[in-house]
Amino acid sequence: MTGIDYSQKIPNNVNLSEDRALQRALEHWQPNYLNWWQSMGPDGSHGFDVYLRTATSVNPDGWAHFDHVKMPDYRWGIFLTPQDGQRKMHFGENKGKDVWQDAPGEYRANLRRIIVTQGDTEPASVEQQRHLGLTAPSLYDLRNLFQVNVEEGRHLWAMAYLLHRYFGRDGREEADALLQRNSGSEDSPRILGAFNEKTPDWLAFYMFTYFTDRDGKFQLSALTESCFDPLARTTRFMLTEEAHHMFVGESGVSRVVQRTAEMMNELKTDDPAVLRKAGVIDLPTIQRYLNFHFSVTIDLFGADESSNAATYYSAGLKGRYEESKRTDDHQLKNDTYRVLKVIDGQLREVEVPMLNALNEVLRDDFIKDSVGGVSRWNRVLEKHGIDFRLITPHKAFNRKIGSLSEIRVSPDGHLLTEEQWRVHQDEWLPTAEDRAFVASLMGRVAEPGKFANWIAPPVIGINRQPVDFEYVRFN
Amino acid sequence: MSESTQIEVMKQHLIDPEICIRCNSCEEACPIDAITHDANNYVVKPDVCMACQACLPVCPTGAIDNWIRVLAQEPYPIDEQFEWMSLPVEKTLPENAVEIPTGGRREGEQEALAAASTPDGGVVGELKPGDELIEGQPATTAGSSVPPWSAAHPYVNLYTHKNVAEATVAGNYRISADNAESDIHHIVLDFESLPFPVLEGQSIAVFPPGLDARGRPYYARQYSIASPRDGERPGYNNLSLTVKRVTSDYDGNPVAGVCSSYLCDLRRGDKVRVIGPLGATFLMPNLDRANLLMICTGTGAAPMRAMTERCRRLTKRSEFQGRLMLFFGARTQHELPYFGPLMGLPKGFIDINLALSREPDHPKRHVQDLIVERASDVLTLLQDPNTHIYVCGLKGMEHGTLAAMKNIVEASGQSWQELSAGLREQGRMHFETY
Repeated sequence: MTGIDYSQKIPNNVNLSEDRALQRALEHWQPNYLNWWQSMGPDGSHGFDVYLRTATSVNPDGWAHFDHVKMPDYRWGIFLTPQDGQRKMHFGENKGKDVWQDAPGEYRANLRRIIVTQGDTEPASVEQQRHLGLTAPSLYDLRNLFQVNVEEGRHLWAMAYLLHRYFGRDGREEADALLQRNSGSEDSPRILGAFNEKTPDWLAFYMFTYFTDRDGKFQLSALTESCFDPLARTTRFMLTEEAHHMFVGESGVSRVVQRTAEMMNELKTDDPAVLRKAGVIDLPTIQRYLNFHFSVTIDLFGADESSNAATYYSAGLKGRYEESKRTDDHQLKNDTYRVLKVIDGQLREVEVPMLNALNEVLRDDFIKDSVGGVSRWNRVLEKHGIDFRLITPHKAFNRKIGSLSEIRVSPDGHLLTEEQWRVHQDEWLPTAEDRAFVASLMGRVAEPGKFANWIAPPVIGINRQPVDFEYVRFN
Repeated sequence: MSESTQIEVMKQHLIDPEICIRCNSCEEACPIDAITHDANNYVVKPDVCMACQACLPVCPTGAIDNWIRVLAQEPYPIDEQFEWMSLPVEKTLPENAVEIPTGGRREGEQEALAAASTPDGGVVGELKPGDELIEGQPATTAGSSVPPWSAAHPYVNLYTHKNVAEATVAGNYRISADNAESDIHHIVLDFESLPFPVLEGQSIAVFPPGLDARGRPYYARQYSIASPRDGERPGYNNLSLTVKRVTSDYDGNPVAGVCSSYLCDLRRGDKVRVIGPLGATFLMPNLDRANLLMICTGTGAAPMRAMTERCRRLTKRSEFQGRLMLFFGARTQHELPYFGPLMGLPKGFIDINLALSREPDHPKRHVQDLIVERASDVLTLLQDPNTHIYVCGLKGMEHGTLAAMKNIVEASGQSWQELSAGLREQGRMHFETY
């Protein structure tokens, strides 16, 4: 079954109606989800018709169905890529055996933990972005924000389904808890640090969707390799949606950079004060935002050495990015990997067992991918004849997790004393003043085809619609 | 102009590195691994891509939808594409060059391509994603994502929404019995001098005239071609469709099908706007010793009729020695499209099995029941490496037919998993269900 049955209360392609107990459990969860969406979802947006993309089948031909939809009517549901029936475990100690269609008893707790951690990030980003609708720089951007929001909501559904379907009472309780924790809450915050940070302005949103949703791409890719087949099939479909989020971030920052470059050429200046006065975001401020979001995001991959990561891999719960395309033995017992450590007062790479360094392997894959995108932003500057180049900071910069969290390192990788860090910190990370300035530029632009002064229009519209298309109707 | 001196150009499928965000969706979506990447770029392998466009809808940026005309012998290799920072500008091409379909031309296929091409090589229209234009496309994932190795090379997307073809209705005949509930029509479309080369198993999409409730033109609807490659009338540039008038929706509420009503009411001489041909995998083997195991319901009979008729014509010329076995499901005998002509075929040529679910005085039977009843013959066919399986009809058939074949194979002590994996990999098991 590859189509999605929209006639059901909970749209799905998993034959939900054949499992009455599960259906009832999810129907019990659904009103709580809708309550959560009403109170924590996009602020003041409930009456809008938004030009949203909805999947009507998990095949390529049913993937992108566009129409104006009110967000509360968006058909959240459970969509898994079709089971291929031939999959074998392709890494870890059980390599060669059939993949699991159920959660094996000995791995239940770890699988549940992986799914809860992933699931917790999905509603968190909706919560972090809930006020941004009020300050969207265009209808095009507002629509993109809402598309990201509804898909994050659907990803939460996907994880809640796995918890309900495969983890019994514990799973149901964990699914309830996903709606009870809240981003930034003092009493019950979200599990991962980056998801408790604020996303107060649109530059932060673009940086978040570029870097943090790219973390999602790598985590989901590692989970698509999982030998727990329902998780692999769920995350594979989520990845297709995640791609749009990264697009919003990459093109968003690119358009901010473009607008600043245009203004720099127009005014023939690179003076941040003059540019700020002209209503665009100066490049050093963009660099500070980049430094912040990059460093906070790479913390999401966890400690550089982790026995949990080794256990997950050897058991077949979570693979590496592009596991099936790698040519080693997929067991890694005799392999090593180089991780950064401070030795004799210097940052040095040391070899550690690969199995314990798998978080670092994934982080390095992410960094390589992120650097590529930053070089594409620099091409915008090159095209405009501007010498400034954005750079990704050193891996050890501003870390809060792992062995690097105990040291201070500059963006170019020099070890610093606490005093040196304190003196220069404001050059490297966004200051309260930076944030206040960026916030001062935020104001809703709601006329089709019009864009705020600090951002360039996109090259092409969504689904080949014109840029001045009415992407959101306020009614 | 001889084949060897003809200058050929094709539209090469390329990804715009300036817009691509390297999200990997296209590589994931490509059914034949034609897309790959390095640290810098995502690229399309020109010798693998069949222009099936499965990658287009998943791309969040539109970067994937680029087609540049190049000399067919000199497409941009992937090593060069890896280095790009932006797309190259299209080179000036010889004016007398002939356009051939995008991608998929490999050694050994030259002959098959020639067999399927028009004398002047045909013209490739602008490629646009079919999903935006065509409603209710069949799902084909349960089976192979590649055609049989011997299949003739198909033309796809010669005509698109920007370049719509017009056909003339040469005939429209009701083929279900007068007292049957279903109103099924056999419709012949003539393309006159317009190049429209098709193969058995391909389909076309028809634009019904008029506007929908929101004032927009209707989407095109896809229909399998019911005639063989050399035409409904051999040697003429025409094809036929099998269309059932839709009178109720999925929930059973009365509704008049927009496109099926339009088609069933057509008169001879009427003009019809179509795009296509569509489909590059649900194709029959081009081999005189191939066996076809065909399973269908209702208007899913269309491609089976095309294939059967192709084989019948070849048999008449002693050019085909394979075996045909057909499982055909319908509610009653009166509702079987092509029942009369089908029964007229020689028993030694095709082994016909009818599964009637609502025939009075007969036990209710579905195609999967019949497949199990004929287990030993089906098993013999399944074990023959020259056998190809085709399933077309309602979505619900997929599960039942697969389960029936699995039962038969496993009852003989063999592994269905292994056998079916081989069938899929070798392009020998095809599903087209809706």
